[in-house]
Amino acid sequence: MEERILLAHGNGGILTSQLIENCFLPYFQDPLLKQLNDQAIFELEVHRIAFTTDSFVVDPLFFPGGDIGKLAVCGTVNDLAVGGATPLYLSIGFIIEENFPIEELKKISSSISIAAKEAQVRIVTADTKVVEKGACDKLFINTSGIGLVKKEVDFSGHNAREDDKILLSGDIGDHGIAILSSRKGIEFETSIKSDCAPLNLLVNDLLPSAHYIHVMRDLTRGGLATILNEIAMQSEIGITIYEDRIPLKEEVRGMCELLGLDPLYLANEGKLVAFVHPDGAEEVLSLMKKNPLGGNARIIGEVMRKPSEKVTMETHVGGSRLIEMLVGEDLPRIC
Amino acid sequence: MKYIDEFRKREPFNALLSKIKSLPLQTISLMEVCGTHTVSISKSGIRSLLPPNIRLISGPGCPVCVTSLEDVDRVIMLAAEGKTHSTYIIATFGDMMRVPGSHSSLLKEKAKGADIRVVYSPVDALTLARENSDKEVIFFAVGFETTSPTFAATILQAKREGVDNFSIISNNKLIPPAMEALLNDENITIDGFICPGHVSAIIGTTPYQKIANHYHKGCVISGFEPLDIIFSIYLLMHQKSSGTAKVEIEYSRVVRQEGNPKALKTLNQVYELSDAQWRGLGIIPKSGLVLKDEFALYDAAKKFDLPKPEVSEPKGCRCDQVLKGMISPKECPLFATHCTPAEPVGACMVSSEGTCAAYYKYER
Repeated sequence: MEERILLAHGNGGILTSQLIENCFLPYFQDPLLKQLNDQAIFELEVHRIAFTTDSFVVDPLFFPGGDIGKLAVCGTVNDLAVGGATPLYLSIGFIIEENFPIEELKKISSSISIAAKEAQVRIVTADTKVVEKGACDKLFINTSGIGLVKKEVDFSGHNAREDDKILLSGDIGDHGIAILSSRKGIEFETSIKSDCAPLNLLVNDLLPSAHYIHVMRDLTRGGLATILNEIAMQSEIGITIYEDRIPLKEEVRGMCELLGLDPLYLANEGKLVAFVHPDGAEEVLSLMKKNPLGGNARIIGEVMRKPSEKVTMETHVGGSRLIEMLVGEDLPRIC
Repeated sequence: MKYIDEFRKREPFNALLSKIKSLPLQTISLMEVCGTHTVSISKSGIRSLLPPNIRLISGPGCPVCVTSLEDVDRVIMLAAEGKTHSTYIIATFGDMMRVPGSHSSLLKEKAKGADIRVVYSPVDALTLARENSDKEVIFFAVGFETTSPTFAATILQAKREGVDNFSIISNNKLIPPAMEALLNDENITIDGFICPGHVSAIIGTTPYQKIANHYHKGCVISGFEPLDIIFSIYLLMHQKSSGTAKVEIEYSRVVRQEGNPKALKTLNQVYELSDAQWRGLGIIPKSGLVLKDEFALYDAAKKFDLPKPEVSEPKGCRCDQVLKGMISPKECPLFATHCTPAEPVGACMVSSEGTCAAYYKYER
């Protein structure tokens, strides 16, 4: 019979030890974690430290191009990376619904391990809880991470300035469409895979030009539209983007047309925007394009002084329209 | 993307725009009847490119928006009753969930425990009925000529399969009678109509002939891409400047003169005409569709004693004037202050095809 998670797997006793031994330790090979202390102790060459946390409740757990495990690593790594930090250490916490298949847990642990290797981060501390059936949906994961930030790096949503060029690292909407295509009740066939990827190596490639970069954000829930609105408000500036410069796969466009979605609001898990001083825009763009994760990078717009705190788009036919923050319901549990 | 990219190109768009500007200067008010056109105009920024003598006004072509408050209240009350009896399931399209009634909404009733399901098509509601044979599935049917044939086909299928726990509350409406009602209102100036492409794919050109012949207003059946719309505007202006009024098909890649005879046959097999209450426009003769007597088993109004709500219109809401094209959403004092998509007061702010929602989202 298929092995399932029992409530007793979370009681701290013998079953918990077995779970850790079978489902986690084989995949998380870190020497600090293996000590199984209540905390990981390490030394840092201190510059400045970036610290972040994120929780993952994506439905379904497995989707084209990834799963909740990969997402949990990339999400936190990316939040650190877009602050210009080099991510180093991650914690991971599992909240598991009783009766969850142990095989699936192993699969997810394995993909966590692969993603951590790819991102060159160490998972140094972890925790597991099991809750009764119905108290959570299958599996939730929380990850926290710390990274180091060099002195000369200063990326912040408040730093956008007039005339900055806005760089986008690649095609938008892949994650949203991949999740949608595998959601129960709306399943459709598509070759689109989630863009879920750790962005820290791409960001690292851009750091030689960090002095030109004012703002960097990864695109997640709410999509490009929402992130640009957040930056416009934080920096009290206006933003203009150009519809015909926004990179988008034909298939994603097609699905959006069919389903009545706006790709500007679709979720992404491996894309970033950078607001760059006009003198450095081409340089940063060419660095971006050299990394496979930025191969389709473009300059999609620029910062204006007015209208302040608004995002507008020049449409294909040359008209102008407002780009609002996400209005109404997004697809829930996208990450 | 074929059939889309060609219709979003800037060069031909600009060429048409120049042709429009080269026509003799005339002030003209054109109504885009359909909500999908309203959204497309806002979303592509067409209004920002037109010369000031051309006024585009939005019409009553959003089925959610024109559903009368009484009909909305009725279903909300029914849903609330269902919660205590748990004998039926209300099925509805997603946009209907958030439409505010006099005192509640379907979304609020669902949160309180009423069994309300969002479906994408009437066929899904029929599936729901098959899967829940111990309950009655009541579909809150709204829609114009585009949607109504699928309701008719679903009723026929239910009859064929002998599914008897499925019924609809029919709020299905017809577009041309509403256009005529607007022309009969002397407070409204309309010089021509951008006619709905998908409604026309079903009904063809005949139902618009009266508007051209009797009221002398041009009708151009338009597609939904920017180039379709700008070309339709050009055709209407050309008609006006040459003193003609006729029905033209711009959307010829989809619409035939005779419409879709098969869909019309299905429609006429199941439905008959009735007077209907429209939000903002009042009762319009022969503008609604009700099930014929032989389909009474599927007519919730005949099958059950439906609630008779006492309606109270939200204070200050000017949806009625927006729906008639008498004011632009920005002229409503509640717009973007008390009435927003997150907290809508009127239906026009709720529906994804609502005029106020389109203005809020793209043209604020």
